Amino acid sequence: MPMKIGDHSFDQRVSKGLGETHMRETVRSAQGRLHTNKSKAEEDLGNWEDWRTLSEEIRSHTLENLDYYLEQLSDNVIKNGGHVFFAETAEEANQYVKEVAVKKEAKKIIKSKSMVTEEISMNEALERAGAEVIESDLGEYILQIDDHDPPSHIVAPALHKNKEQIRETFERLKGYDKTSKPEELTQFAREQLRQEFLEADIGITGCNFAVAESGSVSLVTNEGNARLATTIPKTQISVMGMERIVPTWEELDVMVSMLCRSAVGQKLTSYVTGLSGPREEGDLDGPEEFHLVIVDNGRSNILGTAFQSALHCIRCAACINVCPVYRHVGGHSYGSIYPGPIGAVLSPLLEGYDDHKDLPYASSLCAACTDACPVKIPLHEHLIEHRRIIAEEEKKTTRGETYAMKGFSVTSSSPRLFDMATRAAPIMSSPFTKEGTIDKGPGPLKGWTDVRSFPAPEKERFRDWFKSRKKEDS
Amino acid sequence: MAQGTVQNRESFLNNIAEKLGRERRRSSVEPPTYTKQPQWDIMVDYTTEQLVDVLKEQCTAIHTDVKEATIDELPAVIDDVMKEYGAEKAAVWDDLRFAEFGLTSFMERPDINIWGSAPDEDDIKITEQADVGITFSDYTLAESGTVVLMNGGGKGQSVSLLPTYYIALIPLSTIVPRMSQVTRKIHEEVQAGRRTPSCINFISGPSNSADIELNLVVGVHGPVKASYILIDDL
Repeated sequence: MPMKIGDHSFDQRVSKGLGETHMRETVRSAQGRLHTNKSKAEEDLGNWEDWRTLSEEIRSHTLENLDYYLEQLSDNVIKNGGHVFFAETAEEANQYVKEVAVKKEAKKIIKSKSMVTEEISMNEALERAGAEVIESDLGEYILQIDDHDPPSHIVAPALHKNKEQIRETFERLKGYDKTSKPEELTQFAREQLRQEFLEADIGITGCNFAVAESGSVSLVTNEGNARLATTIPKTQISVMGMERIVPTWEELDVMVSMLCRSAVGQKLTSYVTGLSGPREEGDLDGPEEFHLVIVDNGRSNILGTAFQSALHCIRCAACINVCPVYRHVGGHSYGSIYPGPIGAVLSPLLEGYDDHKDLPYASSLCAACTDACPVKIPLHEHLIEHRRIIAEEEKKTTRGETYAMKGFSVTSSSPRLFDMATRAAPIMSSPFTKEGTIDKGPGPLKGWTDVRSFPAPEKERFRDWFKSRKKEDS
Repeated sequence: MAQGTVQNRESFLNNIAEKLGRERRRSSVEPPTYTKQPQWDIMVDYTTEQLVDVLKEQCTAIHTDVKEATIDELPAVIDDVMKEYGAEKAAVWDDLRFAEFGLTSFMERPDINIWGSAPDEDDIKITEQADVGITFSDYTLAESGTVVLMNGGGKGQSVSLLPTYYIALIPLSTIVPRMSQVTRKIHEEVQAGRRTPSCINFISGPSNSADIELNLVVGVHGPVKASYILIDDL
């Protein structure tokens, strides 16, 4: 699956998202729960702001010295007996992984969840090489058997599906005959996948953080599938975005502590696993061969720009879980495997504005994302910077945006025009108003009123009310 | 272990340095002294007793049963947990601590596979068929209810992963406040020039997932239930 998903326009995707009431209900309740869990985890930890400051310092230092730490990492991986491939493009990464699969005559490849392999469409490349690729994360497994439905959330990829839809998918494609209880659905997936793990020739994982000083890869998971993928198959391939690295185990502690709390509100997930190369002499499990693929795929173009801190992202999805826009439109509306505020910042940087120019506008700039970010990425400021670039440098802005922005700035900068415009609002909108709300709005209001009511402009304006209050007081 | 290979490194890293607007950095980069280090303030002056209380409390949040035992009581307590699980076949580490903690006769039972003892090195298969996996904890984190396993050799990573249930034996002497104390130890080992074990697990309770409508389901690909037995060795 490439980074960009589907061919529909932003407006079409949003309309579809807004129409999916099941999905919106699920997303709304999930956001609420994830956010509550995170808040509680912050409270339990105490000094949350100190932790954020420390995390930001760690990420800044690491990115500023990225070449040094990647060299150290790769030196240590090969010292441990592993192999390292630096891939500047998605194609190079896929080619290398394909070559390993061919050399190992791999028929079955089991994968644990990895966003970067989604980004570079690794599964498709491997399937073209004749291997069967099986996703083992429960959410990814559900999506994969349902005709490769794209993920809609970076931590809970199948968030847009409800349990009844999942039951129906299992029944239709896997002969499942039990209820839609999550426990029964999960038990079924466990049974189906256990056999696959035992038969797999290669295990492929992502990497939450590599540790430079020891040539290690860490995996932060709850289900245990990443452990299985790195315990049973004879060959392990881990794929990492080049920025997913910390200098030492001491920084790993901090970043993992922040990731678990920010993503799901846990102190630590059930499994945090540090893997350092292939099995050692005398070991009877773990891979005999270990490959680390370090992927650039557009990331280096972000270095040295105003957007560099976007590479500090630890993929916790805290920004997604507080975003009011994501709440309403859902993950697929973003048209990228990276949704929400971080997706709106990253997707245009990694793939250019052509396919993603609408994303920086999928934000109310309320800055909830910036406040939620455990590594203090100024997400809403990056979105403003994107808009500035799009509007000024790329001239790709839509006419509506230009006129609206221009219109607003002219109108609001002139007290007389602003006065006229607000005075006109109740009159101009009266044909659409019913019992104080607008349910079928014209023009720019349509997108809003299709799914909810818009309060009709007050007949008495604040300005008039205030003026008369003042008169009464005097 | 033969050294591995590396490909495409120079051009890749040169490009990064160029984008960062400077020459390649090849030496004398050290992490700075960070302005805030809140991790070291957590439970800094707690006694073992207090840490045990924190650990027990956290175990209720991570769906993990806690039992306590003296060294003498240990075999009976393990049997209790196995009975609760309806478990007969066990897979265990080949670890001197089993003898040190009075478990020699337990280890000699016929339905127990000691890692590395299976014919034809078929330990993965036998362990996968076991009802319960039993290991000692190398370090135990009070804050998160975590057992840390330094795998390798007789300490197979499969033992805590493949069986249906998992029992961790936790000597009280292994308890520390949080992850920071253990990662510092690993860091010091690295600095002393020793190779990091090829697999280190931080395990906090049974496997779980919330991928279906964010409903927590305990028991996914790893063990479906977990018990910690705290052993008073102080």
